[in-house]
Amino acid sequence: MAKIISKVSLTKDTDKITVEAPLVAAKAQAGQFVVLVIDESGERFPLTLAGWDKDKGTINLIFQKIGHSTKRLGELKIGDSIEHILGPLGHPTEIKNYGTVVCIGGGVGIAEILPVSKTLKEAGNAVIGILGARSKDLLILEQEMKEFCNELFVATDDGSYGTKGLVTDILKGLIDVAEKSTHTIYPGLVYAIGPVPMMKAVSELTRGFNIKTIVSLNPIMVDGTGMCASCRCTINGKTAYGCVDGPDFDGHSVDFDELSKRLKLFRDQENKYNEK
Amino acid sequence: MRNKVRQQDIKKRVANFFEVALGFDNEQALKEAARCLQCKNPACVKGCPVEIDIPAFIKLIKEGKTAEALKKIKEKNNLPAVCGRVCPQENQCEAACILNNKKIPINIGALERFASDQDAVTESKEKKSAKAKVAVVGSGPAGLTCAADLAKMGYQITVFESLHVAGGVLMYGIPEFRLPKKVVQDEIENIKYLGVEIKTDVLIGRTLTLKDLLDTGYKAVFVASGAGLPQFLGIPGENLGRVYSANEFLTRVNLMKAYKFPEYETPINIGQKVAVIGGGNVAVDCARVALRLGKKVSLVYRRTETEMPARLEEKENALEEGIEFKILTQPVKIIGDEKGFVKGLECIKMELGAPDESGRRRPVPVKDSNFVLDVDTVIVAIGQNPNPLLSKATAELKTNSDGTVWTDDNQMTSIKGVFAGGDIATGAATVISAMGAGKKAARAIDKYLALGSDPS
Repeated sequence: MAKIISKVSLTKDTDKITVEAPLVAAKAQAGQFVVLVIDESGERFPLTLAGWDKDKGTINLIFQKIGHSTKRLGELKIGDSIEHILGPLGHPTEIKNYGTVVCIGGGVGIAEILPVSKTLKEAGNAVIGILGARSKDLLILEQEMKEFCNELFVATDDGSYGTKGLVTDILKGLIDVAEKSTHTIYPGLVYAIGPVPMMKAVSELTRGFNIKTIVSLNPIMVDGTGMCASCRCTINGKTAYGCVDGPDFDGHSVDFDELSKRLKLFRDQENKYNEK
Repeated sequence: MRNKVRQQDIKKRVANFFEVALGFDNEQALKEAARCLQCKNPACVKGCPVEIDIPAFIKLIKEGKTAEALKKIKEKNNLPAVCGRVCPQENQCEAACILNNKKIPINIGALERFASDQDAVTESKEKKSAKAKVAVVGSGPAGLTCAADLAKMGYQITVFESLHVAGGVLMYGIPEFRLPKKVVQDEIENIKYLGVEIKTDVLIGRTLTLKDLLDTGYKAVFVASGAGLPQFLGIPGENLGRVYSANEFLTRVNLMKAYKFPEYETPINIGQKVAVIGGGNVAVDCARVALRLGKKVSLVYRRTETEMPARLEEKENALEEGIEFKILTQPVKIIGDEKGFVKGLECIKMELGAPDESGRRRPVPVKDSNFVLDVDTVIVAIGQNPNPLLSKATAELKTNSDGTVWTDDNQMTSIKGVFAGGDIATGAATVISAMGAGKKAARAIDKYLALGSDPS
């Protein structure tokens, strides 16, 4: 049982909860995730860790209430409990000094880029943040990200805040500057978490410039321990498991189209709930 | 005459998940028990991996002392209601039974189940002098057996389970209609009653490490994390939508109860026509589960029915229930539609050639015999490898070339005080062989701790 000790609404459909999970908090590292089961009838579903406090024994989870289980999670109140939380799962993000790192978060992916940016900053990197959202009111964690970024850019689809356009437009601008300049160098790493089309677009852009790019994949999972293979992805032509081989993978090696298709596997079942 | 157990009517059972085998009634059990010759030197006991005193418990049933019979079984076996249902008795105790010479062995499995179903006697909760703390990794048949045996010896046992419920393969793998989950949970309650503590939602290797366990007062660890890594065929199309590993399919339906969707929230998407690839018990389980979800099911196997490793009883049940066996058939490619879902399974016909190292005749492809099986779902049930997570996370834990955890003759791994057994050490096998390994490990751990240098 993991008790919810605080809950904040970040946007109209995105919540942040802080949950008692001392064993998870003790071992948590940036890039890792947990698998939750809300109650007896609930499914097992993964959420990336958005933060943790080892001393208090708590973890932060930020989620968009779009799927059936995330909607149910959003219905829980402070003091309620999540029956089961397993973690931390997956390999932590490889943290080292890359020089300059560009951290890109799209939508609720910003929640997941936060601990990664923090840890990369602590490892001595200059961190450039790029946040993407559909509109200003859907943008989350801008202030928190500022703390760990040397520079922070925002792109919104409708232009209601920051640059009108996509995160890749801003990234392309940064790369162009490096291309034309004699003293600016390419980033040592681009790290991207967000919707599949965003991660795909980022990876395709950086491929041309041979910039190391890591993406954090979000395939469907059940156990999260390498047992069911629901999360299998094609990486460099070979099958890998998102849960135990990832969730971080080389963006230039990922078959994003396959991932998109696999993410739609239960769409009909999901619709059944929405019709209710 | 050997007494057979009653079964749920075929027409009904293909549409529900209730248990197929209904067990003996009282009269049948007494009749069957009376057939036992009570051999002085019983061969059946030697055929039992957990050494149950079979003639003794059968005699007690015959005398109408069912509760005593169960006690007798529980001296050796802490999961009798499970074993009475899923042990391959035909290869073990019943194969060794002297009456098997006349092909009428005692129906030991059904008697074991009878005793355990009649009386759910709980153990007496007398606390013995508390011996050392021992951790068990995994709550499947090997882990539970080792935990229960060590608890009976007086050790303080904590079992760590990564899933949200205890039971391992008994919960996620074996379907409800062969092994009701209530039966498993009742057995686990009895084991808890011995003083065993079970902590779910802890993945050893991530949440805690083996080192954490040894550093926090556990004097020994038994690793029984099972064969959790599904094998695939390595043919094109295996990552298409509606291709499932047996593990995923069974976990969704059994553990997560997708057959009760949407009351239970885990979905399963399996179209209308299902091909299950494989010929073992897991493949047959998958086929029978898919059938109960209302689908047309083919079992695709590259050899013939004779070579299929599944239990005879389960093969017969599957055929009776209407599963089509596509034997001598080898899948070569899974065909997908534009949305990335399965729309066919291309296969090649096989014929049997010379025997291979397993003694079974090796299937060889028949040239130009390719054909497409019209299916929209494929379940791959060709075996599981040991779960590599713990060995990958623990550099000092030595593994064999097949990924199993290396152990010495006493089941100790390359880390002092850490033992291993069951599928993680031997590769995928049966519930009862895992239990046998758990039992042996309990003895080895007791011996190790009794001689131990650390008396604290």
